[in-house]
Amino acid sequence: MSVITGGPSGRTAYLNARLLDPASGLDTMGDLLTVGGEIADLGSGLFKDGAPHDAMIVDCAGGCLAPGLVDMRVQLREPGDEHKETIETASAAASAGGVTAMVCLPDTNPPIDDVAVLEFIARRAREVRGTKVFCYGAATRGLEGAQLTEMGLLSETGAVAFTDGGRAIANAQVMRRALLYARTFDALLVQHPQEPTLAKDGDMNAGEVALRLGLSGIPAVAEVMMIERDLRLVESTGGRYHAAHISTAAAVEAVRAAKARGLRVTCDTAPPYFTLNETAVGDYRTFAKLDPPLRAEADREAIVEGLADGTIDVIASDHAPHDQDSKRQPFAQAEFGIVGLETLLPLSLALVHKGRMSLNALLACLTVKPAELLGLPLGRLAKGAPADFVLFDLDRPWRIDSDQFRSKSKNSPFDDAPVQGRALRTVVAGRTLFTFDNITAAVA
Amino acid sequence: MTAPAPVPSVVFPYRDLLGIEGLSPEEITLLLDLSERYSQANRRPGKKRKTMRGRTVINLFFETSTRTRTSFELAAQRLGSDVINMQVADSAIKKGETLVDTAVTLNAMHPDILVVRHPESGAVKLLAEKVDCAVINAGDGSHEHPTQALLDAQTIRARLGRLAGITVAICGDLAHSRVARSNILLLTTMGARVRVVGPPTLVPTTFERLGVEVHHDMRRGIADCDVVMMLRLQTERMQGSYVPSTREYFRFFGLDYAKLSAAKPDALVMHPGPMNRGVEIDSEVADDFGRSAIQTQVEMGVAVRMAVLKVLTRNVDAGLAEPPP
Repeated sequence: MSVITGGPSGRTAYLNARLLDPASGLDTMGDLLTVGGEIADLGSGLFKDGAPHDAMIVDCAGGCLAPGLVDMRVQLREPGDEHKETIETASAAASAGGVTAMVCLPDTNPPIDDVAVLEFIARRAREVRGTKVFCYGAATRGLEGAQLTEMGLLSETGAVAFTDGGRAIANAQVMRRALLYARTFDALLVQHPQEPTLAKDGDMNAGEVALRLGLSGIPAVAEVMMIERDLRLVESTGGRYHAAHISTAAAVEAVRAAKARGLRVTCDTAPPYFTLNETAVGDYRTFAKLDPPLRAEADREAIVEGLADGTIDVIASDHAPHDQDSKRQPFAQAEFGIVGLETLLPLSLALVHKGRMSLNALLACLTVKPAELLGLPLGRLAKGAPADFVLFDLDRPWRIDSDQFRSKSKNSPFDDAPVQGRALRTVVAGRTLFTFDNITAAVA
Repeated sequence: MTAPAPVPSVVFPYRDLLGIEGLSPEEITLLLDLSERYSQANRRPGKKRKTMRGRTVINLFFETSTRTRTSFELAAQRLGSDVINMQVADSAIKKGETLVDTAVTLNAMHPDILVVRHPESGAVKLLAEKVDCAVINAGDGSHEHPTQALLDAQTIRARLGRLAGITVAICGDLAHSRVARSNILLLTTMGARVRVVGPPTLVPTTFERLGVEVHHDMRRGIADCDVVMMLRLQTERMQGSYVPSTREYFRFFGLDYAKLSAAKPDALVMHPGPMNRGVEIDSEVADDFGRSAIQTQVEMGVAVRMAVLKVLTRNVDAGLAEPPP
């Protein structure tokens, strides 16, 4: 990976870019100057009298320059499953996908239920010095859904929110007390919304495809039941609640209604849920085995609608790397989840190309909205903001090739899928962590 | 022609003391004034009186207690009464007798006053309905502990000179605390401002209905308070069900000098005991005799219980006993 840090003065000038800042609505052709790790200035005609002599010049050739993606759901696998992913390989994959900040789910091994584990990951991230890494704290000890974690001490150490990752906090009393206790620190609680007794032993969405394949189903109602239960608890506790990776029409409707009632509720989804439906499982393709599962076409459409009308706040990759051994299994025995860091941007841009969302509205779901939700001062293309951004070609057609993934794991149902739009350069704290082919880069 | 003067009614005309709820400021003041006299008398030699000579007080404790039982025992003896202690381990309850059967059995022994502690809220009232003697609630479940509230109030009066207008922060496990409920009722009745402080798992916002301010941040909760009253946190509630750990609890809600600096410079520190040092209170603060009123609370405990025993005995003798308020 080539790391370019700027001109002799630590200044870099980005010329001829379509500057996009979803927070302010900025969408204009112009230039941007970074000094060290900060955006010093930006705007149209910024360098009309010439770029600073001591700055490194990057000609963006009309490409889109937007805040770097803030991916609020990533499984780093370090510590514990380094054969699947490490902070270093995840960082490389993130950079290639235009992601400048990853929020690590607590289901590492050991889980992030103790300050020491959080400090370990933070130290490893400092050593890697790549994509910015943030961590959730576990909501319950050992992710076992029974006893609360030290949310106060974890918050002080840097935990951005609390969740049991890929496990639902199923016990209503535990969930209620977690919401209450988190209020002490105004912390956000993120739920994996799935009623586990209904999802138990399920392989894919319950429906015709599961029936024909002879696989056991996870009913769509398992998702909305948990969300509706949680919404009652949110209403009675005054807690802050976020439903992760929603996948069903009923869940979108439940969140929409809750927002209309004024509850402090948000949600996210992931690209597979607005890109694919249950038929992607096809002939027992374990790369299409997700948790929650790919749903019916009507659900997929509802997810798109939820994004378009703002009910769904965030798009996250839900990056879940698995090695071949975990996926080359009979369907029921294969692990759930797919890698997503390198496909997050192009799959999301399809919503713009299909005319379902404006470019800035989509980028907001990938940048400033997750940043604000988690209290991170990121996701802005603005003066004084951290120089974390992505230069991308909005229209460039290409085919996803999982062999080219920088991630250690290649489990993606999108291999060979044609997409439009590609990250060309990814900058974190002023340092270029990734460039794609022949972009002009020269010191003036 | 002038209107007839109102007949002066007797202050505190009740048979039992089951709770603070329903008591008027005058009734509370009567008990506190009497307590003050006894507390002065208790400092002199020759403490034993004849006020309750020939009477029988039974301490009936369904929950283990050392300090409250001892305090009542001492109070009754100083007034000259005979005292019998019955612990649950000795009682027929262990053999399956119901509470009501126990009450009927004890009633047949004709005690004058029953002092009852029970782990279930409302149990003392149920027992009081089945006996002919006076009943003092020495703590029922998470409901009330009226003599604790009275001794706390008398401690504050002794140290600060008044109750009206002061601000008291009650901190810790409010949800399960009978001490907190009785104190909130008493202090608000007497015109003090009360704040309750703790994590929302232990201090639900429903407490606002009792006329107190709810705080989840310790420093803000005790800011400019005259009194910081700490409550005991049961260890079984610190294992992750209500609070994740003792170290986190102490970090955010334990009373140390750093947090105490938010209160008034001479703010009084109180604790009903027994203390969990290093959990809800730092040892340095607990042992600071300039700030800590914990010893005064124990002293006032005996005086307050003497006052209550005396007033209830008076009521029986004067035929004043009314049903509990």
